[in-house]
Amino acid sequence: MPNVTMTINGREMSTEVENRTLLSTALREGLKLTGTHIGCDTSQCGACVVHVDGVAVKSCSMLAVEADGATVDTIEGQASPDGSLNVIQQAFQDHHGLQCGFCTPGMVMSASALLKENPKPTEQEVRDYLEGNICRCTGYQGIVNAILAASGQDVAIAAE
Amino acid sequence: MYNFEFSKPETIQDAVEAMKSDGAQALGGGQTLLPTMKQRLASPESLVSLCGVAEMVGVCEDDAGNLSVGGATSHAQVADQAAKSYPALAALAANIGDPAVRNRGTIGGSLANNDPAACYPAAALGSGASIITNTREIAADDYFTGMFETALAEDEIITSVRFPVPQAANYQKFDQPASRFALVGVFVAKYADGVRVAVTGASNGGVFRWSEAEAALGGDFSAAAVSGLGAPSGDMIEDLHGSGAYRAHLVGVLTRRAVEACGG
Ligand SMILES: Cc1cc2nc3c(=O)[nH]c(=O)nc-3n(C[C@H](O)[C@H](O)[C@H](O)COP(=O)(O)OP(=O)(O)OC[C@H]3O[C@@H](n4cnc5c(N)ncnc54)[C@H](O)[C@@H]3O)c2cc1C
Ligand code: FES
Ligand code: FES
Repeated sequence: MPNVTMTINGREMSTEVENRTLLSTALREGLKLTGTHIGCDTSQCGACVVHVDGVAVKSCSMLAVEADGATVDTIEGQASPDGSLNVIQQAFQDHHGLQCGFCTPGMVMSASALLKENPKPTEQEVRDYLEGNICRCTGYQGIVNAILAASGQDVAIAAE
Repeated sequence: MYNFEFSKPETIQDAVEAMKSDGAQALGGGQTLLPTMKQRLASPESLVSLCGVAEMVGVCEDDAGNLSVGGATSHAQVADQAAKSYPALAALAANIGDPAVRNRGTIGGSLANNDPAACYPAAALGSGASIITNTREIAADDYFTGMFETALAEDEIITSVRFPVPQAANYQKFDQPASRFALVGVFVAKYADGVRVAVTGASNGGVFRWSEAEAALGGDFSAAAVSGLGAPSGDMIEDLHGSGAYRAHLVGVLTRRAVEACGG
């Protein structure tokens, strides 16, 4: 079976896969990085978003063998080693950006890709960028507020 | 999904060689093919990934005013690299699906797949582009042969797509929010020798040119020129998202918006 080696969250890691193994499966089952979630497995929901070579991709729609040699960033690499949350994660907590939390890994990874491209997005730009991330709980306003806050912008506190 | 052999060639020549093996299929960004394989609607014996073929990635202009896009160039790269040279094409690419899809999906994959609701077929047909493969050059007018059907042979690879850059162009997409494809999309392009109007999402035959609108706009490039036209005739798609009459109506509305956005 092929062996793939990736630099995941700054650490080189290898795992055995089949050619048909999806990147999401290799991360979760091969490397036990279960923070990346599988919501749909049909490339609709975005719960599985990770960064490959610096750009957001749906890990359920990419083969692990295609990521051989790549740099991969997942939700596990977002907080500091001492457990303190990064600015986006903290903003999700502060602004009610999650309820059940299932979509959150993908939301945070998409948000960080957005802020890298566009450090001060408008509310509309945030909503457009999250087109591929579905949340069944929050109604999105808390998520949008969290991302605006993480970008250092004032957030009007919607209906307390 | 069933297992398969996998290769990632680095040159067109090696990719062409790999495609000769029995049951081989090209893999672009996998945004259509992998979901299809998961459903076991496709089960290729081997996949030839084109993403490592450097000569098939990127956008460049030639002296004759054409823009060439490598067959394995992602939608995000086109959105970025064609923004100055062909803004309407860049804007179309920037609005395909969602950011993660755009980072993987490629122009070659989109044109080879020829989904009846896809965006790139409208740009290729609306610009009179040439689809360049490892063996030949196919005019867009001869390339799209029906829903999910193209003139490509089984082992043929789209290596690049050449777009003549128009004087003005615009793409109007009426989103189908669940799939993120076009419910209907219209691409209008104005050239020195005439206007082209290509429609996606509307017809069971796939992307098509609305010739009545082209003729009217050729004489008078204004939204008013197409206001009086009846809906395009043809076999319109009917589904739970919209009736055939609704889609035909949208074609007229979107064509007028596209012409207005071109300044006409
Ligand atoms: C959630 C979602 C939303 C989407 N929204 C849109 C949208 O709004 N508009 C739109 O147009 N599309 C949309 N798409 C489709 C997307 O653009 C796909 O990326 C595209 O249709 C297929 O490109 P790919 O590179 O991923 O091809 P793949 O999935 O890898 O391949 C598709 C087909 O093309 C063949 N192929 C691939 N590359 C080549 C090549 N160079 N030469 C010959 N054959 C090749 C493959 O063998 C296969 O048959 C969406 C997809 C998803 C998942
Ligand atoms: S699990 Fe990948 S998009 Fe839903
Ligand atoms: S918080 Fe539950 S799906 Fe988004």
